[in-house]
Order: sequence, then C-alpha cells, then structure tokens
Amino acid sequence: MPNRESRDNPAFRMSRRKMMKGVAAVLGALALPDKDASASVWESFFQKNFREMSKPELEKVLARLEKEYSKTYGKAVKVRATPHIEGVSYGYGLDLSRCIGCRRCVYGCVQENNQSRDPQIHYIRVLQLDKERGVDLEHAEHYYNPSKVPEKGHFYMPVQCHQCENPPCVKVCPVQATWKERDGIVVVDYNWCIGCRYCIAACPYGARHFNWKKAGLPAAEMNPETHYLGNRPRPVGVVEKCTFCIQRVRNTPGRYPACVEVCPVGARKFGNLLDPESEIRYIIENKRVFILKEDLNTRPKFYYFYAT
Amino acid sequence: MKRDRLRHGFVPGMAALVFCVVAGVASAAPLQDKGSAAKPHAADAPERQFAVPTPPFTPGIFPCSECHKEMKPNPTRRTLTEEHTNIVLNHAQGQRWCLDCHDISNRDKLRLVSGEKIGFGESFRLCGQCHGDKYRDWKVGVHGKRTGMWNGEKQYLLCVHCHNPHDPRYKPIPPMPPPTRPENVK
Repeated sequence: MPNRESRDNPAFRMSRRKMMKGVAAVLGALALPDKDASASVWESFFQKNFREMSKPELEKVLARLEKEYSKTYGKAVKVRATPHIEGVSYGYGLDLSRCIGCRRCVYGCVQENNQSRDPQIHYIRVLQLDKERGVDLEHAEHYYNPSKVPEKGHFYMPVQCHQCENPPCVKVCPVQATWKERDGIVVVDYNWCIGCRYCIAACPYGARHFNWKKAGLPAAEMNPETHYLGNRPRPVGVVEKCTFCIQRVRNTPGRYPACVEVCPVGARKFGNLLDPESEIRYIIENKRVFILKEDLNTRPKFYYFYAT
Repeated sequence: MKRDRLRHGFVPGMAALVFCVVAGVASAAPLQDKGSAAKPHAADAPERQFAVPTPPFTPGIFPCSECHKEMKPNPTRRTLTEEHTNIVLNHAQGQRWCLDCHDISNRDKLRLVSGEKIGFGESFRLCGQCHGDKYRDWKVGVHGKRTGMWNGEKQYLLCVHCHNPHDPRYKPIPPMPPPTRPENVK
C-alpha cells in the first residue's frame, strides 16, 4: 500500500498543529493586498498611524497621496501636514441673534472640505428653533425650506463639531485613529480609521459623519489645497468631521474657516483663545455666551452668544 | 519663539485695533478730545484703521454734486416728489430727514451731529453716533462680517453693505436647499 507508506513517511507526516499553522498562513496571505496591486496599495496597507510616523515617512506618505489624488482628480493636488502653531488654541463663536438660517455655511463648508455631494455629507446642520421655546432640541427642525429666511417666530442654531476639550469621540476610538491636536482641533487619520463608528455614537453633537459609499466629489469642484488631517479626499468606510478648516487656519497668516468667510450676516467668529486681543476673547468677556449641552462636561470650544 | 514671530507680524494692525477698543470703551470722554493725544485717533484716519471697501452706491449716483451743483439748497423739511422718490425712509423717520445725515452745502459729504463733514467711506462714524454699542462691537470685529486672516490682515465691511441706511433692517434671503432626508437616500 503506497499510500500507507507515504503517510508513515516522516517527511509527509502532517500534525494537526502544522495543518492549522498552514491554514492561518494562507488566510493571512489572502488578507494582504493582491500581488498585482500597485505599490501604493501595499504602502498604504503598511502605513503607520499619523502620530507615529517619522518626518521622512510622513513625507513619503504625503507624496504618495498627492500622486494618487492628482491622478484621480486630474489636477495638481497638494496634501500638507502643517503642524499646529505654538500658543494657539482655536475658539469659535456663533451669534444666535444674527444667524438667519440661510445655510450658506453648510455649502461653503462642503466646497472647501471636499465632502461627498452624493451621498450627501454636511458638517454643519442648521436647526430652526422656536423663539417661544428657546434652545429646545426636541423641537428643532433642520429640513425647513421656506422661500425666505429668517421666518417670524424662529431663530436658527447651526451645529457642527465643537472641538471639545474633553472629546467623548476620542475616548471611545478603539484604535486611536482620532485625537485632539495641541491647538484643540479634533482630527481623524483616515488611513488608520477602521470605520467602527463608535465615535459617531459617542458624539453628543452629531458632528461626525461616515463615508458609506465612495465620495461623490466632482473633479472640477475638488479643492486641491488639502491637509492630511483635514480636507483630503476620504476613502470609503471612514469617519470624517469638521476641523475648523485645518488646511486654512494653521498658516501664518491663516485664512478664516470657510463658514466664517461665507456667512452673509457675520454671525460666525473665530480666533485664538489664548490671545487676549482676539475677537473670540472679546465675545467671551463681554457677551452672553452659552455652551451646548454644557452638562455633559465635554467642554466645547464652540461658543454660542447673543451680541445684542 | 514661533508665537513671538506671530505676534510681531501683526503688531501694527493689532495696536490700531487695541487703540480703537480702548477709545470705544472709554467713550465717556468725547472722541475728539482723545485725538489730541500724540497718537492720531482712529476717528481721524478711519480708512487707514479699518480696511473697508468702497460704499455700495447705486451706479451713476455719485458724486451727488454732479446734479446738485446746479440746484439751490432748500433746507425746508418736506417729502421729495421729483427726485429720490425711490428712497422710503424707514429709519426713525419721524425724527429725521435727509439733511440730518447729508450735508447741505457739500453734497458729496455726510454730516455728523458735531457739524463735522465726513466722506461716505467713513459712514460708520455717522451710524456710530446713535448705535454706539454696535460701533464698538464692529471695531473689534464682533458686529458684522470681517474677512481675511484670523491672525493677520482683516477686511471690514461698512454698515451700509448690509444695512440700507434708509431702511436698515436686514432683508430676508432665500435659504440654500435643506439636507436630504434619510428616507430619500438611495
């Protein structure tokens, strides 16, 4: 019986352990990118977390992404990783007595930050509230669509990421793909995010959004000035959020965030909380300021105020 | 170190701003008196202090003297029936009329209560006579829209870019489309 002989031959003997090892190795190999996959797929597969990358590693990654995006969108896309400015902690003010609910900010943000148009991702949600009830979120309406705004008897409260000092979304991330930067901006490493969406559940402001599908971003409308932690194109299956336009505000001099720039009534204010001369400090010191869901102790750096 | 550089970069602008704030807050003292200090007061050179764009004139209407130089000024309070009939004053109309803000002798100027004549480019001083709280907030960039660099050069708008001086309430505008409802997401 030749079969019997070969099985008894020590060279062919397969123990259960050996067998399991082999299966594991094959499965592991299958999980790796295809052998025909381009080098960039292999590189992104083995890319480190943003915070663990050395400078040369980061530069390589940025160059790879720039090449990738430039090819996809047919224009020269710049991906920067501008670090925080020392002595700066960003704060945002929103004047509830001025906002007219026109949603210019919503779409200004979409344009600047390369959000998906379809399926739609909006970082800003404008709530219409009753003056009678005050800030009563249970009676808020964000699908309002009259011919003209503001409507009588209503006021408007845009909600976006509050860049909390104590961010619950960061706390729940199982892989540390999201964190608070030194200047207070809460960012996501889209290459590290595993898409578990715990952060979406944890955020009390509804400020995080998930890429369920490939982003519908027309090449002509793509903003080529991007930041690694901000408005660079996002892959499918990752979470994204407002970053106070990190690609703009980290420069010296840095432009105001897009929503501030586009607001027709000047209800949106932005500045450095550590600079006593900044407009945000003037607001906090001189105006009636309130924080949304203050009782949750998230300590947002987003301040609603009444200028009148 | 970086911070120092940043601060130095916009010290001139900030200094001007700080000065304005101080002047605004200490408005118990008349503005003119403060001007006698060594440093020129904000009110003396407002265009330099606040980078404002040109006023939003109706095309072809300025300079006013173009038409008015031929006319004899009539200081009698009346309803205009021949010209400027499109202007409906809805701004404390019972208490004022044209010549309270427009200068009678120089039609290309506005007129403060003090009698001082100012250009249309610094009309915020005129508005600030009554709306001092808004003027103060505007100077620090809290009332009204300010664009530019959050840590550098900033551009202001004049009051009249958002508020029609003859009918100042901000006019309603059409909103942008609402977000897609979840049930309509394909």
